[in-house]
Amino acid sequence: MRGLFQLTWLEIKIFLREPLGAIGTIAVPVALFLLLGRSMTRAGGAPRTSGGLEFIQSGLPVMVSVFMAISAVISLITIISIYREGGILKRLRATPLRPYTILSAHVLVKLLLTAVTLTLMILAGRRFYPAGLQAPVISFALALLLSTLSILSIGFVVASLVRTARFAQPVGALMFYPMIGLSGLFVPVEALPPALQVIARLLPMTYVVSLLRGIWIGESWFAHLGDVAALVIAGAVFVALSARLFRWE
Amino acid sequence: MSGVRKTYQQTVAVDEVTFEVQDGEIFGLIGPNGAGKTTTMECVEGIRKPDRGAIAVLGLDPFRDVYQLQERIGVQLQQAHLQKRIKVWEAMHLWASLYKKPVSHGDRLLEQLGLAEKRNAWFMTLSGGQQQRLFIALALINDPEVVFLDELTTGLDPQARRAIWELVRGIRARGKTVFMTTHLMEEAERLCDRVAIIEHGRIIDVDAPRALVEKHCPERSVVLTTEDARAETCFRELRSVVNVTRDATQFTIHGRGDAFITEVIQCLAEHQVRVGSFRTEQPTLEDVFLKLTGHSIRD
Repeated sequence: MRGLFQLTWLEIKIFLREPLGAIGTIAVPVALFLLLGRSMTRAGGAPRTSGGLEFIQSGLPVMVSVFMAISAVISLITIISIYREGGILKRLRATPLRPYTILSAHVLVKLLLTAVTLTLMILAGRRFYPAGLQAPVISFALALLLSTLSILSIGFVVASLVRTARFAQPVGALMFYPMIGLSGLFVPVEALPPALQVIARLLPMTYVVSLLRGIWIGESWFAHLGDVAALVIAGAVFVALSARLFRWE
Repeated sequence: MSGVRKTYQQTVAVDEVTFEVQDGEIFGLIGPNGAGKTTTMECVEGIRKPDRGAIAVLGLDPFRDVYQLQERIGVQLQQAHLQKRIKVWEAMHLWASLYKKPVSHGDRLLEQLGLAEKRNAWFMTLSGGQQQRLFIALALINDPEVVFLDELTTGLDPQARRAIWELVRGIRARGKTVFMTTHLMEEAERLCDRVAIIEHGRIIDVDAPRALVEKHCPERSVVLTTEDARAETCFRELRSVVNVTRDATQFTIHGRGDAFITEVIQCLAEHQVRVGSFRTEQPTLEDVFLKLTGHSIRD
């Protein structure tokens, strides 16, 4: 894994040099979280609507976290396809850098950025978020990293199949946004028509939402072993699949 | 490298390619675009696995021992890019960290390649020539035993091209071996100790540029202008002359053999022919290519 540290650090610096990317990944979720949260509460912290309390206390933080993970994945797909199209991947591979070192560096960058965004969200939330935050922060951070890692593996499969950078972002979005629709984030899975419920149970995103929501409201990891197992299995399957499909040029 | 074949789906990119590169020489693989130069080179670098045939580089199998090999070679790829916003020094630093042996001459390389002022510039702000020089710097950073240069002066202006040729000669002067590809015959002729001509994935011939010219295009020509009507008959009588063509007062005399030009000059002197202009034309690798393949390399 020689070069992993240097490459990861370098990729972070390069990422931050592109102002739009950095703002979109870090600032937008945090701002969204605060603005939405405040817009739904009256001064003093009481929710404007009945049922609003639950949304503010757990719905919104989980929703923002899911978007955080997805934006990390779409950004990874885009970067990989730009690097491939520009011959950067090929150039890096013609050095003693191992292929998995190159990809690991990108995964690390995405996980680090997700962790930073989550930290900012929680710090800003403690200060400005109306309902206050009582979530188990460390556990939730771990759950979010596991979730991100698991759907990053789907990202690699997409990055393997999409040939040009121009299509990477739309294809990524087309894949992930419908997945969220079925994941139980907006509508409980149980309320979906039976056929869609079956599909929802097959999608890793459903387990992401269940795990994040559970951990956020203080449920134990033990109660979510099924979610964890599903995410680990999905991650392993998609990593294995992308290892077969991945193209360097 | 012997008997190497590589196909992409239905297309045979290279076939039965066999050649040997000597220690300390500049070896050029020359041919038109699409002839199989890059594929051949990438097989040697270990980036591609040939379907058939054997390759040995520094005693290693480039595909199986690719990581061991990459410690000892330097590679410049055709049409490569780096991250848009990577700085020159950062690229040098990253590359330096990738090798087992300590690497410390990065700054000296940048100095030599005229990139010292650009240390802090982003890759995307460099000109084509500067990017190319950075790639050469990266290829040289581990003090490699063999350097691979793929179309290294394509897209550069003549001045930048000459500067890079000087650099490549410098690499050889330090005892390294250079394996390069080019579709520029002038570049091959001026730079390479030996060249292999490749077309449609097959090697046509391998030798020193001068030897190839002498072997395949032994004819030379004299182009002169004269008003003297007797000149034509007198040229035709010379033993070394193959044919004479005339365009108004300009004669082009084709001949072969070492004595050819001397004979033409003697004949002019003997008959006291007044000559307006006089020049000789030597065939080049370009002519060799035309002769061997039946078409120009630019077609």
